[in-house]
Amino acid sequence: MNNTPILEMKKITKEFPGVKALNNVSFQVKEGEIHCLVGENGAGKSTLMKVLSGVYPHGEYTGDIIFGGKTQNFRGIGDSEKVGIAIIYQELALIPEMTVYENIFLGHEIKKGSIIDWNETIKRAGEMLKKVKLNVNLAEKVKDLGVGKRQLIEIAKALSKDVKLLILDEPTAALNEDDSENLLNLLRDLKTHGVTCVLISHKLKEVIKIADTVTVLRDGQTICTLDARKGEVSENVLIKHMVGREINNIYPKRETRQIGEVVLNVENWNAYDPNLGRSILKDVSFHVNKGEIVGLAGLMGSGRTELALSIFGNPAGYHINGEISMLGSKKRFRHPEDAISAGVAYVTEDRKGNGLILIQDVKQNITIANLKEIAIRSIVNDNAEVKVANEYKVSLNIKTPNVEQIVSNLSGGNQQKVSVGKWLFVKPNLLILDEPTRGIDVGAKYEIYTIMTKLVEQGMSIIMISSELSEILGMSDRIYVVSAGKIAGELAILDATQEKIMQLATNY
Amino acid sequence: MSFLQNARKLLEQNIREYGMYIALFVIMTIFTITTKGTFISSRNIVNLVNQTGYIAVLAVGMTLVIVIRHIDLSVGFLGGFLGAVAAIAMVQWHLPVYLAIPLTLILGILAGLIIAFLVAQMKIPAFVATLAGWLIYRGAILVVTEKTGTIVIPDKTFNALGNGFIPDIPDIGILPGVHKLTLIIGVIAIILLILSEINSRKKKQAYNFEVLPIEMFVIKLVFTSALIGGITWLLAGYQGLSWTAVIVLMVVLIYNFVATQTVLGRHIYAVGGNPEAAELSGINVKKITYIVFGSMGMLTGLAGMLFASRLQSATTTAGQLWELDAIAATFIGGVSPAGGIGKVTGSIIGALVMLSLTSGMNLMGIGISYQYMARGAVLAAAVIFDVATRNRAH
Repeated sequence: MNNTPILEMKKITKEFPGVKALNNVSFQVKEGEIHCLVGENGAGKSTLMKVLSGVYPHGEYTGDIIFGGKTQNFRGIGDSEKVGIAIIYQELALIPEMTVYENIFLGHEIKKGSIIDWNETIKRAGEMLKKVKLNVNLAEKVKDLGVGKRQLIEIAKALSKDVKLLILDEPTAALNEDDSENLLNLLRDLKTHGVTCVLISHKLKEVIKIADTVTVLRDGQTICTLDARKGEVSENVLIKHMVGREINNIYPKRETRQIGEVVLNVENWNAYDPNLGRSILKDVSFHVNKGEIVGLAGLMGSGRTELALSIFGNPAGYHINGEISMLGSKKRFRHPEDAISAGVAYVTEDRKGNGLILIQDVKQNITIANLKEIAIRSIVNDNAEVKVANEYKVSLNIKTPNVEQIVSNLSGGNQQKVSVGKWLFVKPNLLILDEPTRGIDVGAKYEIYTIMTKLVEQGMSIIMISSELSEILGMSDRIYVVSAGKIAGELAILDATQEKIMQLATNY
Repeated sequence: MSFLQNARKLLEQNIREYGMYIALFVIMTIFTITTKGTFISSRNIVNLVNQTGYIAVLAVGMTLVIVIRHIDLSVGFLGGFLGAVAAIAMVQWHLPVYLAIPLTLILGILAGLIIAFLVAQMKIPAFVATLAGWLIYRGAILVVTEKTGTIVIPDKTFNALGNGFIPDIPDIGILPGVHKLTLIIGVIAIILLILSEINSRKKKQAYNFEVLPIEMFVIKLVFTSALIGGITWLLAGYQGLSWTAVIVLMVVLIYNFVATQTVLGRHIYAVGGNPEAAELSGINVKKITYIVFGSMGMLTGLAGMLFASRLQSATTTAGQLWELDAIAATFIGGVSPAGGIGKVTGSIIGALVMLSLTSGMNLMGIGISYQYMARGAVLAAAVIFDVATRNRAH
């Protein structure tokens, strides 16, 4: 490693109508290091990377980009790729219906004359996979691979273009602990081969583990650059710089803890997915009491989301048998509509995919699941709608200029609050939260936790599905660990430790 | 804030919506000048509405179909076929008109439900399912008119749908030559509009919501009132409101109300915005699909009858290209091909743009080949404008 910067971004300012997304940001990456970029959502990380990669072309921002000793004026992604900058986004850019090798060389095909040389392509693709230590059949279609493997294929694709600076935007957000560890090891390995990495991440533990240098952004400004090798980086320090205040308690304290009668009871619940052609839930039994937070822990793909969906009216059309009762009476939910009217609400894991209607505004999203509340004889009262939406805007602290704002314009944390608001408006007894804090920043996380705490204090029951062990341990009253479609164990909060949960989760 | 700033802000916020009205105004002005006033004459405007009311009706139904991310190519020949069915019901089965009309509408609903079954239950893309319908109904028209060729409809009531005018109140000596009932309806419409706008403003103020600055509010009211007044005066100067115009107005008012004010309308737009999220919000997406295609089928039946009534006969060629005219009207009217966005009123403006082009160019004696090209160019320009303003808003 040497000390010459491979990349310098100087006094970058980028404005959107009405907002200064980046304000005089300077960012310097040394050759051969792993440089982490952290900050709350909306701090400007993604915007900065879009400026760097040419998504916002030269002229749409002010300031200088110096890469490899030369001032660069990128007019598009093609230009930045040419000099050796590759970005891997959270939403992967692979074509599901194409094979692994087709994907790796998509856009820079190996040609003989003007015809693709498939033999050479397959050979070179194999070499690339070896570099990322991935062992899959090259002819497999990408849609058949898990998200962890896809991530590695993206990296292989970047390496095949002779990348000098690799930028990863939240690469581990959707990965389980094993896959994450794997990816971090790969980044270390690439470092020894001279690839410089910029890593954007919300997972501070991961940042501390891997970073040589950390730059913190807040409100579109560079707050500081810390050298991890000199021991300047710790979780508290990072959080302090990110939020501009110290958060001592990540999890809010509960005033009262009054656990009441059984609200939901699920017995011998089995589900078979006709699309996958296999059984996905086997003999699941569990219950939730009034006023308690039940944590559903487990690895990705263990069946937690499927369990929630199958209970919540089964929109995916699994074949189900088993029994549900709510507050003592037996129920059969044929559609989410039935579950909702029985007092169940489900905040989905994938806000953008199946949670919110991004092209509609805040108020429409908040009221959509319970329009009858603001309608008289099926005619919607627009004014009542605005009033309701404003109430949730205040009580959930949704940061938006007004409730007529289109939801896709909000930051991740605020979108999540809209999602929570939508489900609170159906006035549920049981709230299912699927990965409620995924991809949102520390400040917003704390707010979501506070809301959860208030709700159970008011007597609501919550099922929280989460892959973050600290969150499970910090928030739950009781924990079920799901593994391979079964309940692998139940833990009282006082007995639960990270190790015990992981042991059950990986115990197939 | 000064008056001009207010006006600018209002225009900028609503540039997409107002853009269409401005475009329609420009097109109409150009034709009025090039035809030395013939285009804007009462007679021409009335004819324009009567000749093309069926496309407007189809465009209204198509709006909702496209909003829920589907398309219906079968409406053209289905409309032609249902027009023929109505004719046969009256001429060959001797059904009275007041049975033939509902029968046709019900058959239309059934045809729509069949499409919905294929789309919602069998998961066949609407493009394919309705393309099959397009072929089937094309054949069906030929089958039912095979023996007789064109079926002439003698029923006067039925033919009034496409050719007749609402009756006038008895002449009392004032305003001779002017259709007084039309005038009265126009005045009532203006009064109702003003009252409802004032009422809605008061309600908003009661909730402490932001309202338009008072001078903007007044200007808006004066402008829309003048528009309705002008159109009323034009129509009253000829033979008054035609039945076709009444039917189109009713369809637009009802559909606009359902789309913007009711729970059903909200559910339709939610399904279009994100079907998975809608399903998980407790909205039955299949049910919405059935309702939207069913309504499209019913409006198709209505369109078929308007056309047959206009010609006073059912012909073998009825239905050709109706679906594409209707789809073009919705896109010109700002409906998003990606679903979830679009207004019924926009589609009507889109239909008016298309129809004004045809009528204006006909009056100018421009050949049909150039007419097609001009309409294509306007369609492309409208969508480009729409996309450009949409991107700017983000």
